[in-house]
Amino acid sequence: METKSFQKIYCKLTNITKATCDLMAAGVSYEEMAYVQGRAAQVVKINGDLVTLQVFAGTEGLSTDSEVVFTGSSPTLEIGDHMAGRFFNAYGKPIDGLPIREAKPVEVGGPSVNPVRRIQPNQLINTGIAGIDLNNTLVSGQKIPFFADPDQPYNEVLALIALRAKVDKIILGGMGLTWDDYLFFKHSFEQGYGHSKIIGFINTTDDSPVERLLIPDMVLSTAEYFAYEKNEKVLVLLTDMTLYANALSIVSNRMDQIPSKDSMPGSLYSDLARIYEKAVQFPDGGNITILAVTTLSGGDITHAIPDNTGYITEGQLFLRKATEIGKVIIDPFRSLSRLKQLVIGKSTRADHPQVMNAAIRIYADAANSKTKMENGFELTDYDERVLKFADDYSREILAIDVNLEIDQMLDKTWDLFMTYLTKDEVAIKKEFTDLYWTN
Amino acid sequence: MEQGKYTCKGEITAIVSNMVIVKAFGPLSQNEICYFVHDGKHIMGEVIRISGDKAYTQVFESTRGFKAGMEVLFTGQMLEVYLGPGMLTKNFDGLQNDLNKMSGIFLERGARTYPLDTDKEWAFEPLVVPGAEVTAGTWLGEVDEFGTPHKIMVPFRLKGTYKVLSIVSKGNYIISDTIAVLAAPNGTEVKVTMVQTWPVKIPITCYKEKIRPSILFETGIRVIDTMNPILEGGTGFIPGPFGSGKTVLQHALGKQAAAEVVIVAACGERANEVVELFTEFPELDDPRTGKKLIERTVIVANTSNMPVASREASVYTAMTIAEYFRAMGLRTLLLADSTSRWAQALREMSNRLEELPGPDAYPMDLSAIISNYYARSGYTLLDNNEKGSVTFIGTVSPAGGNLLEPVTESTKKVARCFFALSQDRADSKRYPAIDPLDSYSKYLEYPEFDAFAKKNIAENWLEEVEYMKNAMVRGREVYEQINILGDDGVPVDYHVIFWKSELIDFVILQQDAFDPIDSNTSIPRQKYMVEKVNQILRAQFSFDDFEEARLFFKRGIYILKQMNYSEFESEQFREFERELAEIINEKVMA
Repeated sequence: METKSFQKIYCKLTNITKATCDLMAAGVSYEEMAYVQGRAAQVVKINGDLVTLQVFAGTEGLSTDSEVVFTGSSPTLEIGDHMAGRFFNAYGKPIDGLPIREAKPVEVGGPSVNPVRRIQPNQLINTGIAGIDLNNTLVSGQKIPFFADPDQPYNEVLALIALRAKVDKIILGGMGLTWDDYLFFKHSFEQGYGHSKIIGFINTTDDSPVERLLIPDMVLSTAEYFAYEKNEKVLVLLTDMTLYANALSIVSNRMDQIPSKDSMPGSLYSDLARIYEKAVQFPDGGNITILAVTTLSGGDITHAIPDNTGYITEGQLFLRKATEIGKVIIDPFRSLSRLKQLVIGKSTRADHPQVMNAAIRIYADAANSKTKMENGFELTDYDERVLKFADDYSREILAIDVNLEIDQMLDKTWDLFMTYLTKDEVAIKKEFTDLYWTN
Repeated sequence: MEQGKYTCKGEITAIVSNMVIVKAFGPLSQNEICYFVHDGKHIMGEVIRISGDKAYTQVFESTRGFKAGMEVLFTGQMLEVYLGPGMLTKNFDGLQNDLNKMSGIFLERGARTYPLDTDKEWAFEPLVVPGAEVTAGTWLGEVDEFGTPHKIMVPFRLKGTYKVLSIVSKGNYIISDTIAVLAAPNGTEVKVTMVQTWPVKIPITCYKEKIRPSILFETGIRVIDTMNPILEGGTGFIPGPFGSGKTVLQHALGKQAAAEVVIVAACGERANEVVELFTEFPELDDPRTGKKLIERTVIVANTSNMPVASREASVYTAMTIAEYFRAMGLRTLLLADSTSRWAQALREMSNRLEELPGPDAYPMDLSAIISNYYARSGYTLLDNNEKGSVTFIGTVSPAGGNLLEPVTESTKKVARCFFALSQDRADSKRYPAIDPLDSYSKYLEYPEFDAFAKKNIAENWLEEVEYMKNAMVRGREVYEQINILGDDGVPVDYHVIFWKSELIDFVILQQDAFDPIDSNTSIPRQKYMVEKVNQILRAQFSFDDFEEARLFFKRGIYILKQMNYSEFESEQFREFERELAEIINEKVMA
């Protein structure tokens, strides 16, 4: 705890709950940071001279004569180029213990971008994963979550995308990450990039859940610094937003607020929107793209957390195990990128939209044929052919470990069309079959 | 509101998020605006409850850094908007700040900009002569704003009859010039400029009476105009889960609707969607007038990351601007996306005020607030016997897609048209995903609309639409039976009934919002298609088996869809028409 000379120290707490404590103090400002017995806390309520502090690390063991000092400022972060390659805790302190150099303190959770100053997102982000690049193209400035069940390998997929994406900075916000997953991210990033591109803000399951609430603001203020001041392309990874929302509900419960649907605070939509809406394309070329993870319970997307998220984000991605090849793919049916229309067929080859739709349609036919097969019905020749198509399509194109350029994905899909199907069955505009239907 | 004129002062005593309690040293009034003096900036708030000398206020911006004891200035006035020429093409925030005039990339706290252009000259033409008797809302003159005749009116706040002492002659004036001097009944003189203010939470009622809507409000969307029409001055709402196409539909309405002025309130939704409007509207043409879309549009953007309290204000700001244009005798359309976000803003505040909650923690009076708001739209007969209208269409984002939640239910009680978006239709890419059976328009039962349709569309229009709707219902019923009994388990007739309903679905209901021709269907064309489809629905066909029926209708659907994509009555259109007649003649029974 850093105290300055002549700083006022309070030492009489009047009330202590599981997450908050009260004391009499004058001249305190709203959302100001304070330290209670060395633990970081924030002003969440002022009533005359009675101040309520939210203690991030929890109030266990605090005594009524604990020392309280106010810092006089809202949460700030020492932002600068020193951050590249380093990992920080929820308070923005480096986990490596080394000092911070040439940084300037920036208030986190700053103002929103004026909507008229935004630019319509228009740059494609390549990931090499066909489930994204081909079927649900990611656009810089977009915000999109993975809706995943806890048993699915969402963190691995997130790391893979981060390693493949052609961006300038990757900022990881880990909320309630298991220690193992933290090490996984750290190692895979260090192997992939060394120390240039990655910045992490980590709250693990070892830490207090309430500390998680600080992570998105820390991450996004850093992202704004690199995207706005340095004109860099920044990819933000937030995992797991469900645990963030749960922390919100813990706090609102402690503050005696009336819960709305699924015990979530009534402000959940605004709280999540404030984070996701930081995704932006700035006029000077920098941008922030947000890839998040929202874990579901039992695949239920009507729960308040995924539901509110779906109303905010620009699409959603689902993972699925393709049983025919035993590998994970990005579900081509349920996933959606709302911004793909801005780039496909424009920054990619003109046949992209048609090839994408035709392949998914045939893949859907294959799913029907499979049901038919499982129910013991006789298969037609078409059924047999689309099943083979689906097999190859999953293995050679969709599987998450395949790494291709978009043109290669398109060419390969054409190959499969030609191998198993006729022009009529594929039903793509003549101008494209003339070009690409080569046999 | 001019700064510097304050009714009383106060100081902050308590702060919880954006709810601040202020001890006032003078009289208070409910819903008055106050300013919090923080770091030399004036941050706006609104009084929402008074208890003794304490004012409970909602602050329109972040309260970070506020302290107990901080100075507060009360204005004694409610939240007001400036009304005058220059609003079209503008992008406002929820408090009517001109977003384009704000400096910098980020919205700085306490920054405010004047919504109109102070030094732009307008070509004014007087419409009254000295000596004329006028009341609030009387048209004194007119300026041309991108081809829209923008009326300069007697300020709405003036009560009683005034006499025009003088009015300026035809010429160029700026909005703050005095264009007329009026004499009150007691002789005092009132100077009138081209700009006036009005409190957003009070409806503008400068009209003789509200009349029942009767005129079709054309949207060019078949499932609305034909199946579930909305009328001029009518109300409608669009509930739907995420991904069901609410915003695409709202944007289509904003582009195509037969309105003279369109107000788009982007209330608590994605910023990139508003950016789409900013990017596209200046480029696209209004299909009816040929001017740019932006030139008939006012955008009120309070996106989801902008402060919650001004989200609540934004819907009122938008409605007041719409009412102002209605008082000029204009056909005005107000779109709000989404009213659920507004209701959530009400919930957050009610929660902080520690009011006893209603269902899903929404305030108890949610229903009343929503119905009062919808009631502000309407078709009006003005004092000079001209007519003006505000047609209102709001979207609702029901939690979990469940239509039994409080916002949807409260809205259903007041809105006359219900355009239910269905997840199933969206999943099977049947766009617009408006469910043909769940949706309704109460206007189909209005004798006024019947009379209008008889005169302007077709003598038997409502019967034709009813016939088609019944065919749709029948199709849905037999579809379930086919599913249970199997293709072979039902008579061929059942398949015919099912395929007839599919024909309606593919040809009338589904529409390609991204195709330049299909996206916007004129009323004569809708009439033509309804007749064409009903002709097929009424025909008796003979098929040997269900497969033959399937192939026939697939072919029919294909041809009719190609007609939808062709220029109306073009050679290509006629070609498809002939082809259709041929295949029908082959199969129809005499």
